[in-house]
Amino acid sequence: MAIPDEDIIIIQEPELTASERLFLPQIVGGLRTTLRHMFNTKRRNQVVVQYPEQKRQMRVENYRGVHRLNKDPDGRVACVACFMCSTACPAHCIHIEAGESPWPDREKYPVKFDIDELRCIYCGMCEEACPCDAIELTPQYDVIGHTREEMIFDKEKLLDVYEKTKDVKPRKNPPVTDYGLTGGQDKSVAKPNVERKI
Amino acid sequence: MKPTRYQPDPLVTRIEHLLRDLRLIAPVGLILGVLPVVLIWALLAMGVLQPILASQFWFSVLLIAAIIFIILHLCGGATLAERKIASFIQDRKGPNRVGFWGVLQPLADGIKFILKEDIIPGNVDKPTFILAPFLAFVIGFITFAVIPWAGEVRWPWMAPDAEPIRTQVASLDIGFLYILAVSSLSVYGVVIGGWASNNKYSFYGGMRATAQMLSYEVPLGLGLLIILLTSGSLRLETIVADQVTSGWWYIFLQPVAFLLVLVSAFAETNRTPFDLAEAEQELVGGYHTEYSAMKLALFLLTEYAHMTINGALIMVVFFGGYAPLPWLNFGLGEENVAWWAMLLKFAILWGKISLMLGFYMLIRWTIPRFRFDQLMKMAWKGLVPAGILMVILSATLVVFDLHTTRTWWAPLGVNLAVIVLALVLAGRSKTPITGRQENMPELSTHRQQAAVG
Repeated sequence: MAIPDEDIIIIQEPELTASERLFLPQIVGGLRTTLRHMFNTKRRNQVVVQYPEQKRQMRVENYRGVHRLNKDPDGRVACVACFMCSTACPAHCIHIEAGESPWPDREKYPVKFDIDELRCIYCGMCEEACPCDAIELTPQYDVIGHTREEMIFDKEKLLDVYEKTKDVKPRKNPPVTDYGLTGGQDKSVAKPNVERKI
Repeated sequence: MKPTRYQPDPLVTRIEHLLRDLRLIAPVGLILGVLPVVLIWALLAMGVLQPILASQFWFSVLLIAAIIFIILHLCGGATLAERKIASFIQDRKGPNRVGFWGVLQPLADGIKFILKEDIIPGNVDKPTFILAPFLAFVIGFITFAVIPWAGEVRWPWMAPDAEPIRTQVASLDIGFLYILAVSSLSVYGVVIGGWASNNKYSFYGGMRATAQMLSYEVPLGLGLLIILLTSGSLRLETIVADQVTSGWWYIFLQPVAFLLVLVSAFAETNRTPFDLAEAEQELVGGYHTEYSAMKLALFLLTEYAHMTINGALIMVVFFGGYAPLPWLNFGLGEENVAWWAMLLKFAILWGKISLMLGFYMLIRWTIPRFRFDQLMKMAWKGLVPAGILMVILSATLVVFDLHTTRTWWAPLGVNLAVIVLALVLAGRSKTPITGRQENMPELSTHRQQAAVG
């Protein structure tokens, strides 16, 4: 395909100045810069973070780290196995097996909910897609595993991440599913959500 | 947030803390430093060392061992220094985990290199592939033979009229030629390594190294030839002795020759801005792409050995070798053959070499790599003409007997004139070394091609 003439931008190379032609003054200038940085201990003490001991201040609200599966106030998994997240996932790393819900307030619940954390690209699309804000990304980033299998997080592990991170990042929106129909054991906690406009 | 903290093995933590503790490092270092001194003292007290030190042959053998010991340790230290200087220049802190201030990092690197799997890829030419790093390593070391380390020494137990011992492994009549011959051999390791790897990027690396070495041998030879004309001797010890005695270091008499040799030395060691042979961004790793474990370590060590030898050569030829300061000897002249003077001179030369190594590193993190055409242009259009002109002028001075320190203004004036001439020519050049590549298609041709294609 021919590029139209008007689309071609010709950039004229700037003329070299006298000192650039000579090259030697430029070397001296470069050495001055590097030496200045080399002896500037103050700056490097300010800039460098000694990682495992020191950690950077991070934005808890929108950091996209490891996933968690939220629990509703009854302590049940908030997910309704609608498959929206696994459909939205560009990396195809969410695998859900739906089963009939044991609770009356919803039809389905996830029997299995696996996220392959090694496949995930941490784009946050699952979080966007979720209609009941059950899946969320947490600010936790230092996850390690010794095997690939270890890095496939199942439902229990994801719920566990919620337990670990709920103090730092509380669940953003109260669950949609508690619209009055109490499915949990304690009816008092499953109040209709008045703050959330549906 | 409060992330779940990674809990290391408590034993590892304890060892780490111990290693980072100066209270442990300092005594161990002190003992390791004092031990050889005590050993030597004991041997001297028993009368074992005296005859060995008093014989030139055995002294040379001991010197070889000492030099190799020093250089291997210096290479280790240089890797740490390089990383530290690089990080300081880039506002980082560098390795500071292993040992106090990271001093044990070279040790950790060494252990890692030894324990790594030594891979020999299937399609390499096996004998040459194995030979190359060893060849590079050995050739990197044999140049040290002719460096005069500390003048002459007469031990206290020797007769006052006895011939003093030279602190030089081999006092060759053709010391200069030996250095030129051996330093041009140093490319063999690179070329054979790149060739044997049977990999086009390694091969490119080897080819580049050949072309570069071939081009920069010429200015190196010319630069040393100028010194040869000035000093009138091929023996390195005579060249140093002249500088020490007169106080005129040759850098003051022949700065152009110094620049030629300095630039060529950078090119010979394959270091930035001349590291085209191992350009990571273009050639993966150049000639050592396929190497791993200790063979790779040998290549890396060779680079530092080359830097050391080039630094030693530059210091000996241009900076008065073991002279502490120009025109100021502090009683450390050639006539002082006491053993303590010898040790002091030795330390001074090594201090100078360390400064040179620091300069190498500073340059590495300051100047970006040349493009290949710039590299060739600089050698053949810049350094070689300047060198030839300088050789002719120096030879003319020799004819009129103006080259000695007695008429120091003559070589200095000629040099300054050549520098000014070079700067004027370079400044007025239509095709400067740093400029655009020559014979590139004009931008308008691009437009035509784009329109047609």
